Amino acid sequence: MANAHSHDSHDDASHGSVKSYAIGFILSVILTAIPFALVMYPSLPKSITLMIVLAFAVIQVVVHLVYFLHLDRSAAQRNNVIAFVFAAIVIVLLVGLSLWIMFSIHTYMMAK
Amino acid sequence: MSNLVTNAGHAHGEHGHDDHHHDSGEMTVYGFWLYLMTDCILFASIFAVYAVLVNNVAGGPAGHDIFELPYVLGETALLLFSSITYGFAMLALYKGKKQQVLGWLFMTFLLGAGFIAMEINEFHLLISEGFGPSRSGFLSAFFTLVGTHGLHVSAGLIWMGIMMYQVNKHGLTATNKTRLSCLSLFWHFLDVVWICVFTVVYLMGTL
Repeated sequence: MANAHSHDSHDDASHGSVKSYAIGFILSVILTAIPFALVMYPSLPKSITLMIVLAFAVIQVVVHLVYFLHLDRSAAQRNNVIAFVFAAIVIVLLVGLSLWIMFSIHTYMMAK
Repeated sequence: MSNLVTNAGHAHGEHGHDDHHHDSGEMTVYGFWLYLMTDCILFASIFAVYAVLVNNVAGGPAGHDIFELPYVLGETALLLFSSITYGFAMLALYKGKKQQVLGWLFMTFLLGAGFIAMEINEFHLLISEGFGPSRSGFLSAFFTLVGTHGLHVSAGLIWMGIMMYQVNKHGLTATNKTRLSCLSLFWHFLDVVWICVFTVVYLMGTL
Protein backbone atom coordinates (compact mmCIF):
# COMPACT_ATOMS: atom_id res chain seq x y z
CA MET A 1 0.00 0.00 0.00
CA ALA A 2 2.84 2.40 0.80
CA ASN A 3 4.18 2.23 -2.75
CA ALA A 4 0.78 2.95 -4.30
CA HIS A 5 1.43 6.68 -4.35
CA SER A 6 4.79 6.51 -6.13
CA HIS A 7 3.20 4.31 -8.79
CA ASP A 8 0.96 7.16 -9.84
CA SER A 9 3.65 9.77 -10.24
CA HIS A 10 4.75 8.79 -13.75
CA ASP A 11 1.49 9.72 -15.46
CA ASP A 12 0.84 13.08 -13.82
CA ALA A 13 0.48 14.60 -17.28
CA SER A 14 -3.02 13.16 -17.69
CA HIS A 15 -4.09 14.24 -14.19
CA GLY A 16 -4.16 17.97 -14.88
CA SER A 17 -3.09 20.75 -12.55
CA VAL A 18 -4.64 23.72 -10.79
CA LYS A 19 -3.74 25.73 -13.88
CA SER A 20 -5.40 23.39 -16.37
CA TYR A 21 -8.58 23.15 -14.25
CA ALA A 22 -8.64 26.95 -13.92
CA ILE A 23 -8.24 27.42 -17.69
CA GLY A 24 -11.01 24.90 -18.36
CA PHE A 25 -13.25 26.59 -15.81
CA ILE A 26 -12.75 30.12 -17.17
CA LEU A 27 -13.28 28.97 -20.77
CA SER A 28 -16.46 27.15 -19.68
CA VAL A 29 -17.80 30.27 -17.93
CA ILE A 30 -17.23 32.34 -21.08
CA LEU A 31 -18.66 29.65 -23.36
CA THR A 32 -21.77 29.40 -21.13
CA ALA A 33 -22.31 33.12 -20.51
CA ILE A 34 -22.27 34.20 -24.16
CA PRO A 35 -24.98 31.78 -25.45
CA PHE A 36 -27.22 32.52 -22.43
CA ALA A 37 -26.77 36.27 -22.96
CA LEU A 38 -27.55 35.98 -26.68
CA VAL A 39 -30.78 34.07 -26.01
CA MET A 40 -31.89 36.12 -22.97
CA TYR A 41 -31.18 39.48 -24.64
CA PRO A 42 -31.82 38.82 -28.35
CA SER A 43 -29.72 41.12 -30.48
CA LEU A 44 -28.90 38.97 -33.51
CA PRO A 45 -31.13 37.22 -36.09
CA LYS A 46 -32.46 33.88 -34.83
CA SER A 47 -30.56 31.72 -37.32
CA ILE A 48 -27.21 33.33 -36.44
CA THR A 49 -27.93 33.05 -32.70
CA LEU A 50 -28.78 29.36 -33.20
CA MET A 51 -25.50 28.70 -35.01
CA ILE A 52 -23.47 30.52 -32.35
CA VAL A 53 -25.26 28.65 -29.52
CA LEU A 54 -24.61 25.26 -31.17
CA ALA A 55 -20.99 26.11 -32.04
CA PHE A 56 -20.28 27.26 -28.47
CA ALA A 57 -21.81 24.05 -27.08
CA VAL A 58 -19.54 21.92 -29.28
CA ILE A 59 -16.49 23.99 -28.28
CA GLN A 60 -17.41 23.73 -24.58
CA VAL A 61 -17.79 19.94 -24.83
CA VAL A 62 -14.27 19.80 -26.30
CA VAL A 63 -12.98 22.11 -23.54
CA HIS A 64 -14.45 19.78 -20.91
CA LEU A 65 -12.99 16.70 -22.62
CA VAL A 66 -9.52 18.24 -22.72
CA TYR A 67 -9.29 20.14 -19.43
CA PHE A 68 -11.56 18.09 -17.11
CA LEU A 69 -11.56 14.58 -18.61
CA HIS A 70 -7.90 14.93 -19.71
CA LEU A 71 -8.34 13.41 -23.16
CA ASP A 72 -5.25 14.15 -25.23
CA ARG A 73 -2.95 12.60 -27.81
CA SER A 74 -0.67 10.86 -25.29
CA ALA A 75 -0.14 7.11 -25.49
CA ALA A 76 -1.85 6.62 -22.11
CA GLN A 77 -5.05 8.17 -23.44
CA ARG A 78 -5.07 6.49 -26.87
CA ASN A 79 -7.60 3.76 -26.01
CA ASN A 80 -9.88 6.27 -24.29
CA VAL A 81 -9.79 8.53 -27.35
CA ILE A 82 -10.49 5.60 -29.72
CA ALA A 83 -13.50 4.56 -27.59
CA PHE A 84 -14.72 8.16 -27.55
CA VAL A 85 -14.38 8.60 -31.31
CA PHE A 86 -16.25 5.33 -31.89
CA ALA A 87 -19.04 6.45 -29.53
CA ALA A 88 -19.16 9.83 -31.28
CA ILE A 89 -19.61 8.14 -34.68
CA VAL A 90 -22.40 5.94 -33.28
CA ILE A 91 -24.08 9.03 -31.78
CA VAL A 92 -23.89 11.02 -35.02
CA LEU A 93 -25.40 8.09 -36.97
CA LEU A 94 -28.04 7.40 -34.29
CA VAL A 95 -29.22 10.98 -33.85
CA GLY A 96 -28.66 12.13 -37.44
CA LEU A 97 -30.40 9.24 -39.15
CA SER A 98 -33.26 9.13 -36.60
CA LEU A 99 -34.01 12.80 -37.16
CA TRP A 100 -33.64 12.46 -40.93
CA ILE A 101 -36.14 9.58 -41.02
CA MET A 102 -38.63 11.14 -38.61
CA PHE A 103 -38.65 14.58 -40.22
CA SER A 104 -38.88 13.06 -43.71
CA ILE A 105 -41.94 11.12 -42.57
CA HIS A 106 -43.34 14.30 -41.07
CA THR A 107 -42.81 16.22 -44.32
CA TYR A 108 -44.34 13.52 -46.54
CA MET A 109 -47.32 13.06 -44.23
CA MET A 110 -47.94 16.82 -44.33
CA ALA A 111 -47.70 16.88 -48.13
CA LYS A 112 -50.58 14.43 -48.56
CA MET B 1 -9.23 -4.38 1.51
CA SER B 2 -12.91 -3.67 1.34
CA ASN B 3 -14.74 -4.59 -1.84
CA LEU B 4 -18.08 -3.00 -1.13
CA VAL B 5 -18.54 -0.62 -3.99
CA THR B 6 -16.82 -1.47 -7.26
CA ASN B 7 -15.42 -4.62 -8.74
CA ALA B 8 -11.99 -3.03 -8.44
CA GLY B 9 -11.80 -4.56 -4.99
CA HIS B 10 -12.75 -7.92 -6.46
CA ALA B 11 -9.95 -7.80 -9.04
CA HIS B 12 -7.46 -6.84 -6.34
CA GLY B 13 -8.57 -9.66 -4.13
CA GLU B 14 -7.83 -12.23 -6.84
CA HIS B 15 -4.26 -11.03 -7.21
CA GLY B 16 -3.68 -10.62 -3.54
CA HIS B 17 -0.57 -8.50 -4.08
CA ASP B 18 -0.24 -4.76 -3.73
CA ASP B 19 1.97 -4.67 -6.83
CA HIS B 20 -1.01 -5.29 -9.08
CA HIS B 21 -3.15 -2.44 -7.74
CA HIS B 22 -2.02 0.17 -10.17
CA ASP B 23 -2.43 -1.93 -13.31
CA SER B 24 -5.82 -3.38 -12.42
CA GLY B 25 -6.87 0.12 -11.27
CA GLU B 26 -6.04 1.52 -14.71
CA MET B 27 -8.03 -1.26 -16.37
CA THR B 28 -10.96 -0.53 -14.08
CA VAL B 29 -10.89 3.15 -14.99
CA TYR B 30 -10.69 2.24 -18.70
CA GLY B 31 -13.63 -0.14 -18.29
CA PHE B 32 -15.56 2.62 -16.57
CA TRP B 33 -14.77 4.94 -19.49
CA LEU B 34 -16.24 2.33 -21.87
CA TYR B 35 -19.38 2.25 -19.71
CA LEU B 36 -19.59 6.05 -19.95
CA MET B 37 -19.44 5.80 -23.76
CA THR B 38 -22.47 3.48 -23.71
CA ASP B 39 -24.14 5.96 -21.37
CA CYS B 40 -23.43 8.64 -24.00
CA ILE B 41 -25.37 6.54 -26.50
CA LEU B 42 -28.26 6.22 -24.03
CA PHE B 43 -28.40 10.01 -23.72
CA ALA B 44 -28.05 10.42 -27.50
CA SER B 45 -31.14 8.21 -27.96
CA ILE B 46 -33.14 10.33 -25.53
CA PHE B 47 -31.93 13.52 -27.23
CA ALA B 48 -33.12 12.11 -30.57
CA VAL B 49 -36.53 11.32 -29.03
CA TYR B 50 -36.70 14.83 -27.58
CA ALA B 51 -35.85 16.41 -30.93
CA VAL B 52 -38.58 14.37 -32.65
CA LEU B 53 -41.23 15.21 -30.04
CA VAL B 54 -40.31 18.81 -29.22
CA ASN B 55 -43.01 20.32 -31.47
CA ASN B 56 -45.79 17.98 -30.29
CA VAL B 57 -47.17 20.29 -27.62
CA ALA B 58 -50.78 19.04 -27.98
CA GLY B 59 -52.19 22.51 -27.27
CA GLY B 60 -50.12 22.71 -24.08
CA PRO B 61 -47.14 24.93 -23.36
CA ALA B 62 -44.06 25.00 -25.59
CA GLY B 63 -40.51 25.40 -24.30
CA HIS B 64 -40.48 29.20 -24.39
CA ASP B 65 -43.67 29.30 -22.27
CA ILE B 66 -42.24 27.37 -19.33
CA PHE B 67 -38.42 27.76 -19.36
CA GLU B 68 -36.84 30.32 -17.04
CA LEU B 69 -33.32 30.93 -18.32
CA PRO B 70 -31.95 32.77 -15.23
CA TYR B 71 -32.98 29.73 -13.17
CA VAL B 72 -31.30 27.35 -15.65
CA LEU B 73 -28.19 29.55 -15.58
CA GLY B 74 -28.13 29.05 -11.78
CA GLU B 75 -28.33 25.26 -12.20
CA THR B 76 -25.56 25.41 -14.81
CA ALA B 77 -23.35 27.46 -12.50
CA LEU B 78 -23.80 24.96 -9.64
CA LEU B 79 -22.82 22.05 -11.88
CA LEU B 80 -19.83 23.88 -13.37
CA PHE B 81 -18.55 24.88 -9.91
CA SER B 82 -18.99 21.28 -8.76
CA SER B 83 -16.85 20.15 -11.70
CA ILE B 84 -13.92 22.31 -10.67
CA THR B 85 -14.25 21.45 -6.97
CA TYR B 86 -14.13 17.76 -7.91
CA GLY B 87 -11.04 18.55 -9.99
CA PHE B 88 -9.44 20.04 -6.86
CA ALA B 89 -10.40 16.90 -4.91
CA MET B 90 -8.50 14.83 -7.51
CA LEU B 91 -5.46 17.16 -7.30
CA ALA B 92 -5.49 16.76 -3.50
CA LEU B 93 -5.76 13.00 -4.00
CA TYR B 94 -2.57 12.89 -6.09
CA LYS B 95 -0.81 14.87 -3.36
CA GLY B 96 -2.08 12.37 -0.77
CA LYS B 97 -3.88 15.02 1.32
CA LYS B 98 -6.79 13.16 2.86
CA GLN B 99 -8.46 16.08 4.67
CA GLN B 100 -8.36 18.24 1.51
CA VAL B 101 -9.87 15.40 -0.52
CA LEU B 102 -12.70 15.11 2.00
CA GLY B 103 -13.21 18.89 2.05
CA TRP B 104 -13.42 19.24 -1.73
CA LEU B 105 -15.65 16.15 -2.02
CA PHE B 106 -17.98 17.72 0.54
CA MET B 107 -18.06 21.00 -1.43
CA THR B 108 -18.80 19.06 -4.61
CA PHE B 109 -21.54 17.14 -2.83
CA LEU B 110 -23.19 20.37 -1.62
CA LEU B 111 -23.09 21.93 -5.10
CA GLY B 112 -24.48 18.76 -6.70
CA ALA B 113 -27.21 18.55 -4.05
CA GLY B 114 -28.06 22.20 -4.78
CA PHE B 115 -28.42 21.36 -8.45
CA ILE B 116 -30.74 18.44 -7.69
CA ALA B 117 -32.78 20.58 -5.28
CA MET B 118 -33.25 23.24 -7.98
CA GLU B 119 -34.26 20.60 -10.52
CA ILE B 120 -36.77 18.96 -8.18
CA ASN B 121 -38.21 22.42 -7.47
CA GLU B 122 -38.49 23.12 -11.22
CA PHE B 123 -40.24 19.78 -11.83
CA HIS B 124 -42.53 20.33 -8.86
CA LEU B 125 -43.60 23.77 -10.11
CA LEU B 126 -44.28 22.45 -13.62
CA ILE B 127 -46.32 19.49 -12.38
CA SER B 128 -48.30 21.64 -9.92
CA GLU B 129 -49.21 23.98 -12.83
CA GLY B 130 -50.60 20.97 -14.70
CA PHE B 131 -47.62 20.67 -17.04
CA GLY B 132 -46.55 17.17 -15.98
CA PRO B 133 -45.03 14.52 -18.26
CA SER B 134 -48.49 13.26 -19.28
CA ARG B 135 -49.56 16.67 -20.68
CA SER B 136 -47.93 16.34 -24.12
CA GLY B 137 -45.28 14.51 -26.14
CA PHE B 138 -42.97 17.47 -25.66
CA LEU B 139 -43.34 17.38 -21.87
CA SER B 140 -42.91 13.58 -21.77
CA ALA B 141 -39.64 13.89 -23.65
CA PHE B 142 -38.57 16.89 -21.56
CA PHE B 143 -39.10 15.09 -18.24
CA THR B 144 -37.44 11.91 -19.56
CA LEU B 145 -34.34 13.71 -20.80
CA VAL B 146 -33.80 16.14 -17.92
CA GLY B 147 -34.96 13.52 -15.38
CA THR B 148 -32.49 10.91 -16.68
CA HIS B 149 -29.67 13.41 -16.25
CA GLY B 150 -30.98 14.26 -12.78
CA LEU B 151 -31.07 10.56 -11.83
CA HIS B 152 -27.44 10.21 -12.94
CA VAL B 153 -26.44 13.20 -10.81
CA SER B 154 -28.34 11.72 -7.85
CA ALA B 155 -26.52 8.41 -8.32
CA GLY B 156 -23.25 10.37 -8.43
CA LEU B 157 -24.19 12.07 -5.13
CA ILE B 158 -24.87 8.73 -3.43
CA TRP B 159 -21.55 7.42 -4.77
CA MET B 160 -19.80 10.56 -3.51
CA GLY B 161 -21.33 10.13 -0.06
CA ILE B 162 -20.08 6.53 0.05
CA MET B 163 -16.62 7.64 -1.10
CA MET B 164 -16.42 10.28 1.65
CA TYR B 165 -17.20 7.54 4.17
CA GLN B 166 -14.67 5.15 2.58
CA VAL B 167 -11.88 7.74 2.41
CA ASN B 168 -12.57 8.82 5.98
CA LYS B 169 -12.49 5.23 7.23
CA HIS B 170 -9.78 3.58 5.08
CA GLY B 171 -7.78 6.58 3.85
CA LEU B 172 -6.42 7.15 0.34
CA THR B 173 -5.85 3.49 -0.53
CA ALA B 174 -5.18 2.30 -4.08
CA THR B 175 -8.76 0.99 -4.29
CA ASN B 176 -10.19 4.30 -3.15
CA LYS B 177 -8.01 6.12 -5.69
CA THR B 178 -9.42 3.94 -8.47
CA ARG B 179 -12.96 4.57 -7.27
CA LEU B 180 -12.42 8.32 -7.02
CA SER B 181 -10.93 8.33 -10.55
CA CYS B 182 -14.04 6.57 -11.88
CA LEU B 183 -16.32 9.00 -10.03
CA SER B 184 -14.26 11.88 -11.46
CA LEU B 185 -14.96 10.66 -15.01
CA PHE B 186 -18.65 10.16 -14.13
CA TRP B 187 -19.01 13.62 -12.61
CA HIS B 188 -17.27 15.50 -15.44
CA PHE B 189 -19.20 13.41 -17.98
CA LEU B 190 -22.49 14.54 -16.41
CA ASP B 191 -21.40 18.14 -16.80
CA VAL B 192 -20.74 17.46 -20.51
CA VAL B 193 -24.25 16.00 -20.86
CA TRP B 194 -25.65 19.08 -19.09
CA ILE B 195 -23.99 21.35 -21.70
CA CYS B 196 -25.99 19.46 -24.35
CA VAL B 197 -29.16 19.66 -22.22
CA PHE B 198 -29.07 23.41 -21.61
CA THR B 199 -28.17 24.06 -25.24
CA VAL B 200 -30.68 21.75 -26.96
CA VAL B 201 -33.54 21.96 -24.44
CA TYR B 202 -33.41 25.35 -22.75
CA LEU B 203 -31.57 27.67 -25.13
CA MET B 204 -32.96 26.26 -28.40
CA GLY B 205 -36.38 25.91 -26.75
CA THR B 206 -36.43 29.58 -25.76
CA LEU B 207 -34.96 30.87 -29.02
